Amino acid sequence: MRLEPIANPSLVRRVGLPAAALALTVLMASLLALLAGANPFATLGLIVKGAAGSKFALLETLNRATPLIFTGLAVAVAFRAKLWNIGAEAQLYAGAIVTVLLGTGALPLPSALLLPVIALAAMVAGALVLLGPVLLKTRAGVDEVVTTLLFNFIMLLFVSLLLEGPLKDPMGMGWPKSPALEKAARLPRIVEGLRLHWGFALAILSALAVWVIQTRTTLGYEIRAVGLNAEAARFAGIPVGRVMIKTAVLSGGLAALAGFSEVAGLKGNLTLDLSPGFGYTGIIVAMLALLNPLGVVLSAIFVAGVFVGADSMSRAAGVPTYIADILTATALLTMVLAIRLTRTKIRWR
Amino acid sequence: MDILEIILTASFWAAAVRIASPLIFATLGELICERAGVLNLGIEGIMVIGAFTGWMTVYLGFGLWTGVLVAMLAGMLFGLVHATLTVPFGLSQHVVGLGVTLLATATAAFAYRLSLPEVTSPPKIVPFQPLPVPGLSELPLIGPAFFAQTPLTYLAFVLIAVVSVVLYRTPLGLALRAAGENPASVEAQGLSVTAMRMGAVIVGSGLMAIGGAFLTMSAFSSFFFEMVNGRGWICIALVVFGAWRPGKAALGALLFAAFDALQVRLQQTPMGAYVPYQVFLMVPYILSILALVLMSRRAEVPAALMVPFNKGER
Repeated sequence: MRLEPIANPSLVRRVGLPAAALALTVLMASLLALLAGANPFATLGLIVKGAAGSKFALLETLNRATPLIFTGLAVAVAFRAKLWNIGAEAQLYAGAIVTVLLGTGALPLPSALLLPVIALAAMVAGALVLLGPVLLKTRAGVDEVVTTLLFNFIMLLFVSLLLEGPLKDPMGMGWPKSPALEKAARLPRIVEGLRLHWGFALAILSALAVWVIQTRTTLGYEIRAVGLNAEAARFAGIPVGRVMIKTAVLSGGLAALAGFSEVAGLKGNLTLDLSPGFGYTGIIVAMLALLNPLGVVLSAIFVAGVFVGADSMSRAAGVPTYIADILTATALLTMVLAIRLTRTKIRWR
Repeated sequence: MDILEIILTASFWAAAVRIASPLIFATLGELICERAGVLNLGIEGIMVIGAFTGWMTVYLGFGLWTGVLVAMLAGMLFGLVHATLTVPFGLSQHVVGLGVTLLATATAAFAYRLSLPEVTSPPKIVPFQPLPVPGLSELPLIGPAFFAQTPLTYLAFVLIAVVSVVLYRTPLGLALRAAGENPASVEAQGLSVTAMRMGAVIVGSGLMAIGGAFLTMSAFSSFFFEMVNGRGWICIALVVFGAWRPGKAALGALLFAAFDALQVRLQQTPMGAYVPYQVFLMVPYILSILALVLMSRRAEVPAALMVPFNKGER
């Protein structure tokens, strides 16, 4: 078989194929429900209801989407430049550590000043964590996929070290957790009484900012050029190494905001299970959005909905909650295939 | 002083070889994929699925070797998914590989919960037992290290030789390497690059899964969600460290395992009292990064690694 590009894919292809990918994912969900001895329709219904069936469910989904928007943006920005940042998990924790360091009474500032200072410092920390692998890539030719992946494990051990040592909560009854943030360092709720914090608004703003950077600035143009063809970009006088570094700062900073927002907005302290793989799920979010920053918001809400819905379905129907992980991974794989097929046709000899 | 004492014990070397075994399986698997031109980032998840299916098969009452076979087949199935998407369809090997890792890990977790809904701690199986080679196992240091291991470890070492011979001494190996260096030349020989690469990814994934199965069936006798713990990514670093050669990569795995065995033992020494244990646990990951830094400049990367092949396109 051979693949031939299609210059102008028809509307049927552009809508039909992604829809088919989604249908395959739903089919997979039904199959898994059957395997678990549950009614597929009831299971799907419970997932949807658990994700969006009530005001509470919807807010829970938006809360879960918040860190995913940040990590999704981090991945989208990096992948656009073909910088394979698989280390959003590590950068997230770097942001969380800084949030705890500065938010537990180290800075005597009013909330309106303290929060931006912490957010910025968190971004710097996240950027620094990604700069290591990126400098190894640009200076020593070390593939960043493996180094960023390995950094995730190193960072998790480092967090564990901190939580059992210098950052340990003396009132924590021996649990490895940090002291709680002071009141001034907590992100308030957007509407009093509703469980949705300003981290969500910050995530939306970040998506808009990334969209502006990508479509309206020279840096955005350079990032795209480097991603499309680094050699050609170099030839055209674009400083590829420097663009990579700027991309890394942006990407690492965004991922760190996920840690900031989770600690300051939701949890109030740092534990080892702060992120159930938000960094990795961010890759799914970014790919489903075709690396478009505004699309990231929608796909993050979709992915978060699957997870929140599966949690509540699992309690009611007894299908293991890991169905959500299978479904999002399936959606990723079928969607990248569908997108490829919209732009190419298969020629059998 | 401490270090020297540790290195001179037989149990240290036995541990190093034991730790190296799963890495050897998975590193050889990854090496086969990459030699054919496909980076397989599914490795981490494929090791998880191998660890789970092998263990589950034995838990259900089948024999140990049946477990190894089932693990291999499960790995090959996910290899088929990876190969189909990356080879004929030429999708991004990064994205598909990570997708396969997430899918395989999630599948193992789902199947685990489905089959054991109530348990809090996973049941144990009777794993492979050490099978001392008569005579040779009596040798000092080398005996317990290499000749008093489980059958799966012996299999790992046999595979190093098999993979080397197939890669360098057979027409199949030549064609496989050519698919990763100069795919057009494979087509010129009348062979199919697609078939070559898909075959390599499927077989390689089978080996990765056996590496995972080693963890549950020869090392820990139980299945935990976090048990693979980055070993797959470490194996990718080992392939680079071994300059894409089976012997060197296996040697790298042994060296790496020796450091890992050493850090575990150093935790018990006075040094372990004032250095937090997490620092010791970081050692394998830091070593992997160091290995990459040291070897990346010199490495002879297969020329067509990560370059999709579309027939008739130039």
